[in-house]
Amino acid sequence: MKKIYSRPQSLYDVVTHYCPGCGHGIVHKLVAQVVDELQIREKVIAVAPVGCAVLAYDYWNFDCTEAAHGRALAVATGIKRMRPETVVFTYQGDGDLAAIGTNETIHTANRGENLTTIFINNAVYGMTGGQMAPTTLLGQKTTTTPHGRKEQEGRPLKISELLAQLEGVYYVERVSLHTPQQVINAQKAIKQAFQNQIEEKGFSLVEILSPCPTYWNCSAQEAMDWIAEFMVKEFPLGRIK
Amino acid sequence: MKSNNKENCFRKVLMTGNDAIAEGALRAGCRFYAGYPITPQNELTSYMAIHMPEYQGVFIQAESELAAINMVFGASAAGFRAMTSSSSPGISLKQEGISYLAGCELPAVIVNIMRGGPGLGNIAPAQSDYFQATKGGGHGDYHSIVFAPSSVQEAYNLMFAAFYLADKFRTPVMILGDGMLGQMMEPVVLHSAPLEFSENIDKPWALTGCKDRNPNVIRSLYLKEGALEALNERLQKRYQMIEKTQQRFEEDFVNDAQVIVVSYGAMARIVKSVVKKLRQRKLKVGYIRPITLWPFPVKAFNRKKTTVKYLVVEMSYGQMVEDVCLSVPDKKKVYFLGRAGGAIPDTGQITRKIYKLLR
Ligand SMILES: Cc1ncc(C[n+]2csc(CCOP(=O)(O)OP(=O)(O)O)c2C)c(N)n1
Ligand code: SF4
Repeated sequence: MKKIYSRPQSLYDVVTHYCPGCGHGIVHKLVAQVVDELQIREKVIAVAPVGCAVLAYDYWNFDCTEAAHGRALAVATGIKRMRPETVVFTYQGDGDLAAIGTNETIHTANRGENLTTIFINNAVYGMTGGQMAPTTLLGQKTTTTPHGRKEQEGRPLKISELLAQLEGVYYVERVSLHTPQQVINAQKAIKQAFQNQIEEKGFSLVEILSPCPTYWNCSAQEAMDWIAEFMVKEFPLGRIK
Repeated sequence: MKSNNKENCFRKVLMTGNDAIAEGALRAGCRFYAGYPITPQNELTSYMAIHMPEYQGVFIQAESELAAINMVFGASAAGFRAMTSSSSPGISLKQEGISYLAGCELPAVIVNIMRGGPGLGNIAPAQSDYFQATKGGGHGDYHSIVFAPSSVQEAYNLMFAAFYLADKFRTPVMILGDGMLGQMMEPVVLHSAPLEFSENIDKPWALTGCKDRNPNVIRSLYLKEGALEALNERLQKRYQMIEKTQQRFEEDFVNDAQVIVVSYGAMARIVKSVVKKLRQRKLKVGYIRPITLWPFPVKAFNRKKTTVKYLVVEMSYGQMVEDVCLSVPDKKKVYFLGRAGGAIPDTGQITRKIYKLLR
């Protein structure tokens, strides 16, 4: 029988620690698939964030490092500048990339570093127990916005649109995981973002709307529906730059 | 590693401490520098901006000290000799990053050209960051090796030891200077790496892409039961080895001394001049100058005579004095003279204090 689908070589055959219905696992697989397709497993270096995905290196079968919370792009800058022949990417949550690490995000993008960033927007802080993130929707309940987020607590931060303003940025696209078709689109965008780096085009970022059923207090299916109904209205999908 | 034949030429030049540290770093193989401007160390950053390209290295003016130390983390993780520099408030910002370097067992060199504090303080020389430098500074049980040069030549020389020991022990190393050392100009003989620090250290752990080997992972997160304790035990064992083998100090006139003055860095130059003058008057005074602040040179205080008094002189309100107290048999024999906030204990004050102790 002909084998038409299998686990990517870049993904270890291990049990996941992510919650049922979490988007991180899906994106880990998409990244692994892209790395395989582009045949870059032996020259890719991942920078894991502080967030639920800090353990990404338990799943990816290639070189990885941790970075302090919010500093992934500074670490990636150090690696890529010293080893321009490698393919370096960061994988960051919304707290990591758009709150504590906003400064590194903006300045790395503004320098036009030839890097790829996978940005997981799940509208909460997962690892620390479901607090408000910069991307939390207005009215959304979290452990630190028990009555729903109000304007005074900040409006959902559209960091991707912000970054698209910068000349150093080559590519920004927002995708989602809420249907199989969206997942296919997400994989295409991730592949494009890696391809850009290989072709030395400059800074590329893919924002991925990703479910966190645990801290959205809902089932996996309800989480997907919530993305379709509410998140994509606040964070429109498609190519931003 | 990228090299440059400039490394091999000997010259004698007039240089500031800041410039000499940068030149020493480059000749010691530093190929990545990131920094954020702060006085009184700005010349060091400019020197790197000008000269790093001659070594085909990378210079980045970072958007903050946080970014700078984490860029250094990245360059080090990639297997290269990397350095950052700053002054007191900026070094406070780098502490989390230094703790990560220690936890991830990554080598790096961090230069602190200290200024007066707390807070924004002022830009005058001070030694008030001793505790921060020697007791860890960031979170967790770790140490950085800390060197305290007292002349421009020594600052230059120590860069070779700093990069070598950082690689050898996979640990951050700090150069603790002050505004006086950073800004003053002295003649320096520019030489290449001394033999003892020129061995090339393999870095099989570095991130290079996993060609022909299993993936490398650089981490300080250990969740499995006992795993973090195992990392800590490994680090502590290394620290014990460093304490045993790396204590450095300079001393003079100590054999018959009744009073031994202890000071480090630029402060020690003033102390030395006082001690030498008093020796000419036949007074039994000596000095000890720690060169490594961590490991603290406990060995220097190991003497049979128990009547010796120690006078610790610092540009702070008493930080190193605590380590001296821990190193002598009787801490009642330890006295202190210190000023801070830009003030420096002067020769008159030191002389008077010594006379008092000799009485
Ligand atoms: C300096 C610092 N501050 C705070 C934390 C605690 N912390 C860990 S993860 C995290 C936020 C994670 O949220 P996000 O980046 O959105 O990732 P997610 O877990 O949702 O994937 C925080 C605040 C930390 N580790 N370090
Ligand atoms: S808390 Fe949320 S983001 Fe974290 S693993 Fe669980 S579902 Fe995923």
